[in-house]
Parts: sequence; structure tokens; C-alpha cells
Amino acid sequence: MISVGEHLPSLEVKVRARHVVMGASSSRDWQPQHHDTHWAVERVKVKDIFLNTPNQAGWIERYLTDWTGPKGRLGKLRFKMKRSICAGETVRFDATVTGVDSGWVDLDVVLTVEGDVATECTARIAVPVNDDDPWQRRGNEWRP
Amino acid sequence: MKTQDWIGKERTDPPADIVCERGYILHWLEATENANPKFWDETCEIAPPSMLSVWMRPLQFAPGRTETFMPLSLHFDLKQAFDLPDGVVSASEMTLLAPVRLGDRITTTQTIRDVSDEKTTRVGTGRFWTIDVTYRDQDGELKGVETYEMFSYKR
Repeated sequence: MISVGEHLPSLEVKVRARHVVMGASSSRDWQPQHHDTHWAVERVKVKDIFLNTPNQAGWIERYLTDWTGPKGRLGKLRFKMKRSICAGETVRFDATVTGVDSGWVDLDVVLTVEGDVATECTARIAVPVNDDDPWQRRGNEWRP
Repeated sequence: MKTQDWIGKERTDPPADIVCERGYILHWLEATENANPKFWDETCEIAPPSMLSVWMRPLQFAPGRTETFMPLSLHFDLKQAFDLPDGVVSASEMTLLAPVRLGDRITTTQTIRDVSDEKTTRVGTGRFWTIDVTYRDQDGELKGVETYEMFSYKR
């Protein structure tokens, strides 16, 4: 039974250059700050290459479906980026349930680096109700 | 052009260079160390919803092409029109509708929802604007909407 106020187990990821570059490649994003260290340091004035937004969305989906199981179906994500998450840093994912409503769960998700908020996100994810499969919902049954 | 003339301006881009395919889905799962058995099942015909924007990003090379297609081109048009060289995404939202299926080819439409008056923030003076990007497949089925809130400015 999911209830408001529930905290999800935290996830920590030591971000390697490989994560950043693979994240950029798998999202087809070739902006230089996601693969070129010189550019990131000299032009963007950050420590190193950093995770792009679509890849962070992918990590958040993975974090949430680790918790819901495979029937969890992401409906909405809203992001605010506060600072970059660079290669060499450890990012920690935390989330709290803020709403539960007939087959939908709302959450606040936060990604932190050494205690600093890097990304704030609100998410809405569908979960089974009465053994239904959220992946089968369509039309009026799917209103994220 | 005045601010008001930009609001509601819409542009539909050509169909995407790539179609939804399993190799990209595996690359996405690999990149996010995602063990979700739904998507590792070889009979699964849909992509993880968070991949939405992957399916519209252009190839960086194609024979005979001299310019790389630019996603969110209306954003760059606005920057040029108001002479605001720097820009940041202040917030973004993805609303995920019908799943993208193997073989789907996405077409996106950008719409400018609003453009603010000139404002000064700690990074510089410029304007906020909001652009919606609507994703549809080859049959016109609505797959999702992304909304970008940008601040473009001069230092």
C-alpha cells in the first residue's frame, strides 16, 4: 500500500565519464558539454562534462520503476536544473510520495551532489489498481 | 516583430531521421543501468517513455546534407530576433501519452506559448519564453508533449 509521505529507498551513482558520454550518445545529444572536457571546463566553467537532461529523465524513470516494478508507467516529469552533475561526482536520488489517487502516484524527486540540490523534479507515475496493467490504459483512462 | 506577434507561432519539422528501434532502447537501458524486465523482454514492442525526445534528434551526418537540422529552431529564431545571445532552460516538463512503438517515426511541432517583457535576473537582462513541442507518429497519434521554459539574455 503506497501512502503519502513514503520515502523511496535512496540510490547513489558514482558518475563516470562513461556514464555522461553514454547518456549523451543514447539520447543522441552531441552538444559539446556532454562529451568534451576542455569545452566543459573552459567554456561552460564547470569541473568536467556533465549529465544531459534527457539522460537524467532516463535515470529518474529507472529510479522510479525500480520501486514500482515493471508495471509502473511514467506519465509526467517536470524538472528544474539547479547545477550540473559532472563526471567524478556522486549523485544521490531521493523521492517522497506527495499524492496517491486511483492508480496514480505523485512524487517529489531530488538529485543531490554532496548535499547540494542539482535537479528538482516532480513526477507522476501510474501503478496497478485492482490488478490492472497501466500499460493497457488509453484514451480517458490515461490522463497524466 | 513585437512580442505579441510571436505568441502562437507554430512550426512543424520534417519527420525524424531515425525510427524507434530496439538497439537504441538497449543503449538507453545500458546508459541508465536500468534492469526493468519489461524492456529487456525481447518481445517488448515499446520504448521507455522517458526516451520520447530521442526519437526526434537529427543525425549529425547524412549524405548530401549540408546543414544539421536544429531541434527547437523557434527558440533560436527568438534569440536572434531579440538579440539575446545566451540562453538557459529554466524548467522543462514531459507529458507522456501513447507509448512510442518499434518502427514509429516521430514528427514534432513547436509552438510558442508565451514571451515575457524584458526582465533582469542575476545572469543578465532578457526575456522568458515557453515553447511546447508536440510529438506525433506517422499516423498522427499523439505520443507526448514537452514544454520548455527558457530565459535568454545578454550579460
